[in-house]
Amino acid sequence: MPDGQVLEFSGVTKRFGSVTAVSEFTARVEPGVVTGFLGPNGAGKTTSLRILLGLVRATGGTATIGGLPYSHLPHPLQSVGAALEASSFHPGRTAANHLKVYAQAAGLRASRVDEALGIVGLSDVAGRKVGGYSLGMRQRLGLAYTLLGDPGVLVLDEPANGLDPEGIKWMRGLLRQLAGEGRTVLVSSHLLTEVSQTVDALLIIAQGRLVFQGRLDELSDQSEQAVVVDAPDRAALTDALQRAGVEFEVLRSGFGVRGADTVEIGAVAASAGIALSSLQKRGPALEEVFLDLVSGARVHGSAGTVSAVPVPAPEGGEQR
Amino acid sequence: MSLATASRSELTKQLTTSIWWILAIALVAYVAFTASVLTFALAASSTGALPAEGQAPQMPEEALPALIYSIATAVGYVFPLLVGTLMVTTEFRHKTLTPTFLATPRRGVALSAKLVVGIALGAFYAVLGVASSVGPGAAILLAFGLDPQLASSDTWALIGRMLIAFVLWVLVGIGVGAVVRNQVVAIVIVLVFTQFLEPVGRFVAAFVEGLAGFTAYLPGAASDALVGASVFTMSMGAGSESTTLEWWAGGLVLLAYALVLLVIGHFTSWRRDVT
Repeated sequence: MPDGQVLEFSGVTKRFGSVTAVSEFTARVEPGVVTGFLGPNGAGKTTSLRILLGLVRATGGTATIGGLPYSHLPHPLQSVGAALEASSFHPGRTAANHLKVYAQAAGLRASRVDEALGIVGLSDVAGRKVGGYSLGMRQRLGLAYTLLGDPGVLVLDEPANGLDPEGIKWMRGLLRQLAGEGRTVLVSSHLLTEVSQTVDALLIIAQGRLVFQGRLDELSDQSEQAVVVDAPDRAALTDALQRAGVEFEVLRSGFGVRGADTVEIGAVAASAGIALSSLQKRGPALEEVFLDLVSGARVHGSAGTVSAVPVPAPEGGEQR
Repeated sequence: MSLATASRSELTKQLTTSIWWILAIALVAYVAFTASVLTFALAASSTGALPAEGQAPQMPEEALPALIYSIATAVGYVFPLLVGTLMVTTEFRHKTLTPTFLATPRRGVALSAKLVVGIALGAFYAVLGVASSVGPGAAILLAFGLDPQLASSDTWALIGRMLIAFVLWVLVGIGVGAVVRNQVVAIVIVLVFTQFLEPVGRFVAAFVEGLAGFTAYLPGAASDALVGASVFTMSMGAGSESTTLEWWAGGLVLLAYALVLLVIGHFTSWRRDVT
């Protein structure tokens, strides 16, 4: 198996006429982890991936795989496996023949076709024409194409589309396994919830710009943590909080306290002799943070913003 | 990702869908039928079995075989042209350029592989086309007691030139496909041009002075000139003989069509973004 390679986008810009699809996109994708590439539809995800794969020419900037542009890779399919859409098939060709065409182009041995079909669970229908395949089967065939050359890098655009829940679970396991073997795995999605259980690292893009880069747990800011506390005797708890000078808001499930931690609030209740029914931390929902980042309502330091000079990130300083 | 592996992949691509044998059957049926009917009519007419009413052209017996055998290209050339066109437009239509270019990122290599396979396919369809005109044609000539001239070196030279014509037509088709991209539009253009525009143009040119010098350079006319015989030039009457190109010039004109289309297609469409 070839080693996982670092994928690097550096100032990538793509304009289609007057429309700027990707703007000064700079990001780094490391091997050994699953990296989610998130953004709403039309944010520039697919364009960025196509630039990385040499299918679309960037207006400016470079995208490299292990330091090389895609077109300079000596053995592309053995280095990078990519699945970009669920419809890149001739409907009149069988799945096995579809893979055979590209295995031959890459100079791979014929047995790789059966192996790849086996990994994605399509062995039984390998002789059927792709035109009769369901969307989920096409996704699996697309994945089989990426695995043909046993590459160190996998680039998958919206791979979960059309998969049933069981298929999604299987896909998550496979991606984690591939990353665990040291490969670079980049998976795009427009849904955070879809990838939040799979990915370790995250790139978020909106309107062609990078708005977040970092680990999933860096997405929500610790200072925005709140504590939710509740007691059967709410009146006594209200008193105790007011006496301690803690600001709070009344929620359906109890009292929400911003900017405090559970130890502090627990101590307030204990010293007042109040028995609590619940005491828990609550961060802003990841989905909320994601939507705020995408809409521009929230700006994250890792985005590098507009300036060409790298701004030191306030937290998670490992990038750059 | 060398030219050899890309060509092998391209050949597999052609042979793993049904279009190659559908077009092969259509070519054989069309050419064999046309050649049989025409041989029968011409042989009957020139042997006097069918009374010539003065209107029908009565061909000298020794000119018949070349005329009949060349049916393969004169009416069959649309098939290699379609084969070449579909080799390219299918990739656009089914978005298979994405996996193709991922496996062969050097697009010039990917296009060259199509040319290599196109040449092989052209030769294959030439064999089918020639067999379909020579087989029934020679058999019917024999039945009328005429010499099918199968031992003549001229006949074999004619067959050789037909093979070259088939190959060139596939290359022209690849060029058309690369320029037009849209499969339906490309097929309509190919059919309208070969079945209507060019025949009408060449027919009109037989009556309009000065036009024949121009229509001789149309691809179908160049192909007929390369082969050196065609029912089409026969029906134009003897007057058009003088405006027909030399066989090698016809071949070069057809090759020029292929090259110009391929160069335009390569730079305008083949290298474009694949989205």
